[in-house]
Amino acid sequence: MSEQPRFPTESGVPDGFQYMHPAYIKNFGNWAYHDRPRPGVLHHVAKSGDEVWTVRVGTQRQLGPYEINLLCDIIDQYADGYVRFTIRSNMEVSVTDEAKVQPLIDAFEDAGYPVGGTGNSLTMISHTQGWLHCDIPGTDASGVVKALMDELYDEFRSEDMPNRVHMTTSCCQINCGGQGDIAINVQHTKPPKINHDLVANVCERPSVVARCPVAAIRPAIVNGKPSLEVDEKKCICCGACFPPCPPMQINDPEHSKLAIWVGGKHSNARSKPMFHKLVAAGIPNNPPRWPEVTEVVKNILHTYKADAKNWERIGDWIERIGWPRFFELTELPFTKFHIDNWTGARKSLNASTHIRF
Amino acid sequence: MAAQTPKNPEKHSTYLPKTKKSSKPLHDTPMLDQLESGPWPSFVTGLKRLAYEGKHANMMVDLLGQLEHSYKTRLGYWKGGTVSIFGYGGGIIPRFTELMDDDGKPMFPESKEFHTVRVQPPAGNHYSTDMLRQLSNSWNKHGSGLIAFHGQTGNIMFIGTTTDNTQHFFDEINSYGWDLGGAGPCVRTGMSCVGAARCEQSCANEQKIHRLLVNNFLDDMHRPALPYKFKFKVSGCPNDCMNSIQRSDLAVIGTWRDDMKVDQAEVQKFVADKGRKYVVDSVINMCPTRALSLNDDDTLEVDNRNCVRCMHCINVMTRALSTGDDKGVTLLLGGKRTLKIGDTMGTVIVPFMKLDTEEDYEKLVELAEEIIDFWAENALEHERVGETIDRIGLVNFLEGIDLEVDPNMISDARQSSYVRMDTWDEEANKWKDRQTG
Repeated sequence: MSEQPRFPTESGVPDGFQYMHPAYIKNFGNWAYHDRPRPGVLHHVAKSGDEVWTVRVGTQRQLGPYEINLLCDIIDQYADGYVRFTIRSNMEVSVTDEAKVQPLIDAFEDAGYPVGGTGNSLTMISHTQGWLHCDIPGTDASGVVKALMDELYDEFRSEDMPNRVHMTTSCCQINCGGQGDIAINVQHTKPPKINHDLVANVCERPSVVARCPVAAIRPAIVNGKPSLEVDEKKCICCGACFPPCPPMQINDPEHSKLAIWVGGKHSNARSKPMFHKLVAAGIPNNPPRWPEVTEVVKNILHTYKADAKNWERIGDWIERIGWPRFFELTELPFTKFHIDNWTGARKSLNASTHIRF
Repeated sequence: MAAQTPKNPEKHSTYLPKTKKSSKPLHDTPMLDQLESGPWPSFVTGLKRLAYEGKHANMMVDLLGQLEHSYKTRLGYWKGGTVSIFGYGGGIIPRFTELMDDDGKPMFPESKEFHTVRVQPPAGNHYSTDMLRQLSNSWNKHGSGLIAFHGQTGNIMFIGTTTDNTQHFFDEINSYGWDLGGAGPCVRTGMSCVGAARCEQSCANEQKIHRLLVNNFLDDMHRPALPYKFKFKVSGCPNDCMNSIQRSDLAVIGTWRDDMKVDQAEVQKFVADKGRKYVVDSVINMCPTRALSLNDDDTLEVDNRNCVRCMHCINVMTRALSTGDDKGVTLLLGGKRTLKIGDTMGTVIVPFMKLDTEEDYEKLVELAEEIIDFWAENALEHERVGETIDRIGLVNFLEGIDLEVDPNMISDARQSSYVRMDTWDEEANKWKDRQTG
C-alpha cells in the first residue's frame, strides 16, 4: 500500500458518562432504592427524589443495521435516546416519566422484542459464537439459544420462578458461556481423530503435549512423519488439544454430545458462589432446534419451580433437598459419571450419615 | 407460545425486504429456516436481511450457506490465522473458511475471510442511540453489518469482514473514540456493572475502577506478550452481576465495613405488607450467618459483626435495608474456567480497601501491576494466574506481590500437618506486630 499507515490512538475503555442517561449522571452514586412495578420494568428512586423506570428488552444479541435502527427509533421516539446492555445481552432503556413506560413496552413488543428478564424470571441465555464464527465449535450457539428462548418465552416475560434463572450455553468444554443455574455445554465422548499428515506443519508439538490435562499426548513418528499420538485409555476427550492443533479433530457429528449442568451461581447472596454440576449427558447435538435439550431443561425448570422455596437459586435448592431427591424429582438417571474423580474430588463425597429417606 | 401477527410488518423483527438487492442468489437453508419461526427475535432472519440488502450482502449470502452446511454436517469450518491492524498485535479474531470444493477453491468464496473485530465497550455498557447508529453505519460500510452486544469477555464484536477492511474499519471508529479489545495472551477487555449510575447497592465507582485498571495496561492488551489471558471485572456489590469471582483473574467487588442501614419504619411496613411468615422464611432464615432477628414489634435486629455482606436481605427488602457508608472494595484473584486444572474461583487477596482518594486508586493500580509483573515472570506458558497460585501456593504468591496473609483469605485453616513450621515464632511475631501496628 502506498498510503501512509495510520497510527492507532490507544484510547482504551471509552468513558461511559458521555453516553449515559442524564438522570444516571445527575444521581450517580446517590440512589435510594428500587422496586419492580411489573416484569421487565425496574423502578429506581434517587436520594434527590428523582425516579427512573427502566424497561428491559430481550434481543437476539447479533444485531444488524435494520435491528439497530428499529430499536434506536423506538428508543428515540418513546424514551430518551439512551440505552445500556446487560451482561446477558438485554437492552435497558430508561425514562424519567412513568407515563412513558407502557407506550415504550408496547412499542418494543409490537416490534417483536420481548420485555422481561428482570427479577425472578428466566433471563436471556448468555452464549458463545458457535458455528457462526468460532474455530473450534462442537455445536452452534445462537441456534440453541433461539430454540430454547422460543420455548421459554413466557418464563422470560414473567417473574414466576423461585429466584432468577441464569442459563448459559457453550460450544466446547472450555465453557466460554460461563457458569449458570442451567448450563448446556458440548461434551465430547471420543478421543481426537488425528490427521498425521498435517501435525508437523501446523502444530507446535511440545505445547500441544503440555496442554493435555491428563498427559495422554506424546510425540510420535507416524508413517515416517513427526506427529503426535494419544493414549486413548487415558484420554478424557476434553478437546484441549484441538485449539492449538486443529489436525487433532475432536468434533464429531455423532459423538460430540451435549451435557447439562445445574446450580452455578455467581452471586454471594445467601451461599457463597457455586460452580455448576453435571446432571445429564449423552444428549444428541441435534440442530436446528435441539428438542432433546429443551426437554431436559424444561423438566429441570418445572421441577425447580414446583419444589424450591422463595429466593432459592437452583443451587441453593439442591443443597437443601440433596442430590438423591433432585434425581428422584427430575427422574433423570444417576450414573457413575456424576461422581467426580478430578483433583480434590473427595471433598464432593458425602463423608457423613446425613442421608434423607 | 406462537408469535403474534405484527401490527406493522415493516418495523418488526420478522421483517424481510420484498426485493433482494444482492447479486448472488441465496443458498437453500432449510435447517436455518426453521429458526425463523417462534416468538424470540431470530438471528437467522437478521442474517437474511443482511444477505438481501447489506452493503456486503453477497458475503452474508455465502455466510448463510456455510452456516447451513454446519447445521447439516454438525461441524464447524472456520480456522484462525494472523490478521492485525497497524501498530497492534491483537484484537482481531481472524477467520478463514476451511470449506473447499474438489478443486481446492472455497465453497463459499464471498465469506472466505470473515474476521471479527473486538472493540472495548464503554464502562457500564452505556450507549446513546446516536453512537449505536454511528457504529452500525461504520460497520455496514466496512463489514457485514452484524454486531454482537456483547461477547462473553465483554467486547462489542463486529462480526465478519475481510483482512483489508479490518484496518479501514478500525481507522474509522478509532478516530471517534473506540479502541480494540484484547485477544490472545494479554490483558483482556474488562467489564463493569451499571453500578453507581443506577443502582443503590453500588459501593464503588465501578466505571472509574474499570477504566483506570484497563487503561493502565493498554500496552499489555494491544501487544500480547503475557503467559496467558488476564481479565479484570468490576462489580459494585457482592451480588457480583459481572460474575467476576468466577470469570476474571482480578475481581474488584464493592462492599462496606460499617453497619448496614436499617429503616425500621420501612421494615415494619414490609412485615405488615408481606406477613411475618414470609419475612421469617424468606429473609430471616435465609441469612447465611443467622445475623438477623425479627423483634416482637416487627423491627429488625442485625448482628453486624457477623454479617458477611451477602446482600440477600438487602435484595429482598430494598426500601428498608441498604449498604453501609464506609464503602470500599474486596479483591479476589485467580478465577477461571476449566482449562487446564479445572475451575477455580477467585480467592480473597485484599479483604477491604478504601477507594476514596486518588492515592487509594493509585494503590489499586500499583497492586495490579505487582500481580501482573510477578505472574508474567513466574507463570508457565498458557497458565492463568489462578493456576500459578494453585501450583506455587497462595503464600508464595502473596510474598511475590508483597501482601501479608490475612484470615479472610481462607474458608478453613490448614488441615494437613505435613508442613515445615520452624519459623513459627517469627511469623507469629509478624502478626502481633501488625495487630499493634
